[in-house]
Amino acid sequence: MTLQAVVVRFPGSNCDEDAHHAAATLLGAEARLVSHDTADLGEPDIVILPGGFSYGDYLRCGAMARFTKAMDFVARYAERGGAVLGICNGFQILCEAGLLPGALVQNSGLRFVCKDVYIRVETSRTFLTGGVPPGTVLRMPIAHGDGNWRAPEGALDGIVSRDQVLFRYVNAAGEREEGANPNGSLDDVAGLSNERGNVVALMPHPERAGDALLGGTDGAVLFQAAARSLLSKLVRS
Amino acid sequence: MASTSTLEITPELVDEHGITPEEYERIRAALGREPNLVELGIFSALWSEHCSYKSSKVFLREFPTKGPRVLQGPGENAGAVDIGEGLAVVFKMESHNHPSFIEPYQGAATGVGGILRDVFTMGARPIALLDPLFFGRPEAPRMHALVDGVVRGVGGYGNCIGIPTVGGSVFFHPAYDQNILVNVMAVGLVKHDRIFRAKASGIGNPVLYAGSKTGRDGIHGASMASDSFDEGSAERRPTVQVGDPFVEKLLLEAVLEVLEGDAVVAIQDMGAAGLTSSSFEMCARGDVGMRLDLSKVPMRETGMTPYELMLSESQERMLLVAHAGREEEVAAVFRKWGVDVAVIGEVTGTSRMTLVFGGEVVADLPIGPLVDEAPVYTRPFVTIDSKPAIEGGIALDGAPDDLTALKTLIASPNLCSRSWITEQYDWSVRTDTVFGPGHDAAVMRIKGSRKGLALTADVNPRFVMADPQRGASHAVAEAVLNLACVGAEPLALTDCLNFGNPERPEILGQLAAAVKGISVACSVFETPVVSGNVSLYNETEGSGILPTPTVGMVGLLEDVSRAVPSAFRSEGDVIALFGETKDELGASAYLATVLGREEGTCPGLDLLAAKEVSRLLVELSRDGFLSSAHDLSEGGFAVSLFECTSAGRGAEVNVQTALLPTIFLYSESASRALVSFPAAHSRNVLEAAKRRGVATTLLGRVAGESLRISVNQEPVIDVPVSELRDISQSAFAKLMEGNA
Repeated sequence: MTLQAVVVRFPGSNCDEDAHHAAATLLGAEARLVSHDTADLGEPDIVILPGGFSYGDYLRCGAMARFTKAMDFVARYAERGGAVLGICNGFQILCEAGLLPGALVQNSGLRFVCKDVYIRVETSRTFLTGGVPPGTVLRMPIAHGDGNWRAPEGALDGIVSRDQVLFRYVNAAGEREEGANPNGSLDDVAGLSNERGNVVALMPHPERAGDALLGGTDGAVLFQAAARSLLSKLVRS
Repeated sequence: MASTSTLEITPELVDEHGITPEEYERIRAALGREPNLVELGIFSALWSEHCSYKSSKVFLREFPTKGPRVLQGPGENAGAVDIGEGLAVVFKMESHNHPSFIEPYQGAATGVGGILRDVFTMGARPIALLDPLFFGRPEAPRMHALVDGVVRGVGGYGNCIGIPTVGGSVFFHPAYDQNILVNVMAVGLVKHDRIFRAKASGIGNPVLYAGSKTGRDGIHGASMASDSFDEGSAERRPTVQVGDPFVEKLLLEAVLEVLEGDAVVAIQDMGAAGLTSSSFEMCARGDVGMRLDLSKVPMRETGMTPYELMLSESQERMLLVAHAGREEEVAAVFRKWGVDVAVIGEVTGTSRMTLVFGGEVVADLPIGPLVDEAPVYTRPFVTIDSKPAIEGGIALDGAPDDLTALKTLIASPNLCSRSWITEQYDWSVRTDTVFGPGHDAAVMRIKGSRKGLALTADVNPRFVMADPQRGASHAVAEAVLNLACVGAEPLALTDCLNFGNPERPEILGQLAAAVKGISVACSVFETPVVSGNVSLYNETEGSGILPTPTVGMVGLLEDVSRAVPSAFRSEGDVIALFGETKDELGASAYLATVLGREEGTCPGLDLLAAKEVSRLLVELSRDGFLSSAHDLSEGGFAVSLFECTSAGRGAEVNVQTALLPTIFLYSESASRALVSFPAAHSRNVLEAAKRRGVATTLLGRVAGESLRISVNQEPVIDVPVSELRDISQSAFAKLMEGNA
């Protein structure tokens, strides 16, 4: 049994091929790159919204991409319980589309930041972290100018209590501290899920941490967890 | 002819176009009549130094450009070199100095955009960028803003289009206070049989324009880049172009998709001098003519004149020749990607460029006189010898202790950590970056192959100032050594020759000597020059830059998993030094930074010995013996040893030497490298070194978390690695504090 993955390519996506490569090699899926103007993405087991600068990110990041035909499909697909993973720009697009709460604004340092960070898994309840014990520390790169997550007014407590915080920025020892958060994100949030747990996103790039040759394999942990979760769902259904 | 072209051509107008009275006479002779304004503008652009290389051409002929792996040498958009398995690496370096000084963000950004187009017009997918930058003193006027703007510009463009910026260099010196240098190198990959060239052919074939609409930006950019700066330079802001990396990303994907088919005959990017240079150069290469209808050019503004359309340097534009009848097929691909496209003319058999606008002929020029028969000057130049060595050696009385000197050096603008810059560049996108910034050379894997590419860009302008010929050879040798440290064999070279005003004999003398220095070194290392760029007139109010022949090099690793990092990896590994250390503090970082003196000549350079050290490193990494390797360059032994501790592992070493400790620690003798390896490999390493005649000194071990250096058993430096790292890491941000 092989998973079917779709990677949506928006104009200006630049991690689309990376995500496609990761979906094929780390997730073990049959992966398709699909244009943003495709209205029907078929019946995939997972849709991945990759990183990049959709539409140049000249307005707010992700603000244009949410109005594409592919995103109309993604909204319906998520409503049906389909698994959606947003990475970096994909996270921004999901927030703009209202599929995840809050917004990602400019890094507190006002500069683009590309470096390895540590993130801590905060919950195992999503398909991306199923079977990965909370507290697990993963190292992978970030590369963004707008990763500073802000919650809607008064919404943070609810988001936390509903276990929607998927990853937090930490130090190598897994502790939250000033300086471990690279962009000023509220509550050190590095990744989120929706209430149901089928729409997940993170600012770091797990697809760039899937090969020891490139300096780390912690990203593979997440793709492997996703593969297990999605395959077991296939078996059950 | 149209009204715009009926303006009387006065001597003042000719002068404003940067054309000398003698050149104007040549124009009249070539045409057999007076040119009109459009034609004068075209001559001005194509005969500018930037486009014609009229002052440097006579020297550039000296470069060795051929080799068994060379698929495309200089003269095309970029060079191409065979790397086996049917693949070629395509690369070129270019400068964007003048625009970056006027408007740093857009100047740097469009520099990145331009060099990327040179690579993807060859049909190659860009895989990496490197950016050697040269700035004035951090405290010089505007310098914080220039550094900040350039770094944001390089990042803003490269990050958005999604090509990793994996290397480069940053050098600060007062000589760049009013003339910063922004050099950018792009590297791409292509299958041999998909390499495209910019040679127009096929009478009747359609000429297509694709990309951004043409606006009034960048008019006369090429002429500006061919002039010195004065007080009025800030007023030239409108000659700087504005980049749009999002459009370039779409253009990149569209062009590569179009070139997968066989509908395109030739393609060239509209770079300096825009539509003028692309159309004339494509015709010249194919010995054909073109008839273009400028009314069909997609325009951003209303009321644009033929003069403006021909000279605009609006970014993200391409000119293509397609096979007759297949223009719609080509256009459909561009439209699919949301890129403007229009058929604007056709190839003719006339060897003339005929430009039509609103139904009228606005210019009609023979191709030859503008391109192949452009003026070439053999300007007077003086031979520049090496500066003398410092009489009686360098007096070190009053010099600080060696630890203080080390701390001073690693906190200095030229040697402190570059992470403040490199963290603003996306260096890991595309998931092929094995080594990003901070290694001797960047290393890229090639998906689907065991092979890897190593990339580096080098020059030590202080060395070139001290001795232009040897200093330029040093640049090549250092590049080769950097590649060798990661385990790569050097393939070929691109260069960016940044100099002052060539009308001054001593400046042209520097250029002549530097070209000779590069050529000699390239012959020894068997690394042909396959592409490059010359940037002259880097002067403001008569004060020129240091001679800066930047060298970009690409090397090949047969097995990328064997790439060797620069940092120590394992406690207990043996540390050894390859190469000889001599009393060579002349033109060194120590002399300039610690003692505040810039004098003396640069270190000697035995190119054959340099080649052996490099070959030894490649051989040892191929055999898997080395844990780490790092070259010794600016700052010498002590700085290099500190850099080897960047992964947190310390070192305990003792040096036996007849030199004064300070001289041993900070001499910049060439062709040296620090390596570490498991003790079990000692015999193999030493025997290999002996076979190649490379002097090898066993120094000590990778140990603990401190840097401990003794000279002749006397401790001279003993300091926690973390203390040094904090100094190095925080220095750049401190330099940039305040008015950025």
